[in-house]
Amino acid sequence: MALLEIAGVSRRFGATTAAADVSLSIESGAFYALLGPSGCGKTTLLRMIAGFETPDSGRIVIDGVDVTGLPPYARPVNMMFQSYALFPHMDVAGNIAFGLRQERMDRRHIAARVEEMLALVQMEGYARRRPHELSGGQRQRVALARALAKMPKLLLLDEPLAALDRKLRAETRLELIGIQERVGITFLVVTHDQEEALSMATCVAVMDRGRLVQTGAPTEIYERPASRFVAGFVGEVNLFEGELTAGFNCLALTVAGLGKPIPLPSGTQLPEGAAAALAVRPEKLVLSHAAPAGFAIAATVSSIGYLGGGSIVHLATEQGIALKAYLPGTAAGPFGRGTPVWASWPLEAGVVLTQ
Amino acid sequence: MTGLGRLGRLVVIGVPFLWLALFFLLPLLIVVKISLAESTIGIPPYTPLFVNDGSGLKLHATLANFALIAGDDLYLRAYLGSLGNAAVATALCLLVGYPVAYAIARSQGVRRQLLLFLIMLPFWTSFLIRVYAWIAILEPNGLLNQALIALGLIATPLPLLNNLFSVQLGLVYSYLPFMILPLYGSLSGLDQSLIEAAADLGARPLQTFLGVTLPLTLPGIAAGCLLVLIPAIGEFVIPDLLGGPDTLMIGKVLWDEFFNNRDWPVAAAVAVVLVAALALPLLAAQRFLERGHTA
Repeated sequence: MALLEIAGVSRRFGATTAAADVSLSIESGAFYALLGPSGCGKTTLLRMIAGFETPDSGRIVIDGVDVTGLPPYARPVNMMFQSYALFPHMDVAGNIAFGLRQERMDRRHIAARVEEMLALVQMEGYARRRPHELSGGQRQRVALARALAKMPKLLLLDEPLAALDRKLRAETRLELIGIQERVGITFLVVTHDQEEALSMATCVAVMDRGRLVQTGAPTEIYERPASRFVAGFVGEVNLFEGELTAGFNCLALTVAGLGKPIPLPSGTQLPEGAAAALAVRPEKLVLSHAAPAGFAIAATVSSIGYLGGGSIVHLATEQGIALKAYLPGTAAGPFGRGTPVWASWPLEAGVVLTQ
Repeated sequence: MTGLGRLGRLVVIGVPFLWLALFFLLPLLIVVKISLAESTIGIPPYTPLFVNDGSGLKLHATLANFALIAGDDLYLRAYLGSLGNAAVATALCLLVGYPVAYAIARSQGVRRQLLLFLIMLPFWTSFLIRVYAWIAILEPNGLLNQALIALGLIATPLPLLNNLFSVQLGLVYSYLPFMILPLYGSLSGLDQSLIEAAADLGARPLQTFLGVTLPLTLPGIAAGCLLVLIPAIGEFVIPDLLGGPDTLMIGKVLWDEFFNNRDWPVAAAVAVVLVAALALPLLAAQRFLERGHTA
């Protein structure tokens, strides 16, 4: 049975819908990410699980217990706040012990658990510091330790890395994964950063305007997006809009401004004449000076962005259709600005989207 | 160095200091001077501090006025009476003011503006007139007694005026806004996510209040208590108009020494002792408030 079961949860604030009939289930031990642009309702959903908001309809069940009507202090979940919300009048140990003291745990056990938590987040020796004496990264660790101290069944993390600088974010990401594996607690992370979601989570749910649009493993979300929104939000993408036509022993997409129809992956089961889009990730694109065998698009290099680990090459066809290709390492070297090139990709790398 | 420069900064800092020196320190020193003099019949009604007896200026100071205050237990009782009344009024203001400030801090938009406006509304009328209005309400055939009799709840008027009750009512009524406003400031600045974090960690509403809200609003509580306690100790109008024989307060004793006995030196000595007795807790509280800001 799933640890968290959300069934048909809706929540409206005046004219805006923060959650529209959201259903979701999270297995015990998962590192789950709720991904979406700001204002998509992911934080509201998290706050409903924590008990700070009440759904207009639907049920939230945690470990077999319906908690929909329970106040936050009666739920077996803890939350790490985006602002960390550390108590400024207590030191680090006091913050971590706060939840344990509510359980009337005896002093010795509390002290031992606080030590354990400080060790877990590598903050030994900071027990007597006040939050204002800590750096942003240290505060983040204390907030994590405080939320984990009660050993909740489910830990909610609201944009846990948003307040950290880029380098620290990458390190902390790995640490979070390590800590989650060690404590074995189910993590539910809310984030607007697709890289964060893909790199940390075992399962990702993408939200858009209060709706859950796709759930799946990170590779599934990235390689097989279910809609134009997911394809565009999670990572970079080349999107060709057109109409399905019968091609040479397979379906093809006729795109306005492109001389010939684009052949689609085999096994595409859609009626002819329907509107559809083809999504191709930039790293799937292959560039060559000479026209390759099979389908290819003729274009000119319009600009090159060097990223260190690779380059993003922007192309434009004669009719003005823009494309981008990601070439690893120094592979973009031979394709200077203004070079005429042929862009192609393995047909199976494209994803046909109707939504 | 940019901006004001040396002279500019000297002026900016100097002007308020000059103001305080001229209109606060100087009058205080004059009062201290009078408290060391003897009472005489004349204008001014006290002896000069320095006397020129031909062989140069001679200091002519006496501590007799302070000895008189120390010797007569009327003054001690008046000081303690003031302190007691003011302390009870402060506690009542805190008890009434905290929930009000909390409600205002939690309300939104126009409602919050309206509530704050209502708290400040009494200041638009003279303090003296508002205290007089309470006499009209509380006197034996005043509004309240008439209403209670008309409702048949009581047969004879209740003694509501010229006793401790009316003085406390007057003090709490008059000084409540001074308690509510700093508390409101403290409460509205409280990060709501801290309250949520406490609830998330298993604290029930009462535990959250005692463990988070209350300690984080201590600076507001301290500020509000000082703003009520200090003026309430020296209060003269309320005990004079609403008080009776059992409400001995130092402000009224001071007034009587000045204007009924015309003994300026003793009155000045009473004032000096009062200022000294108030300055110490004020300094202590100031230190506490500053510590609260850095925490």
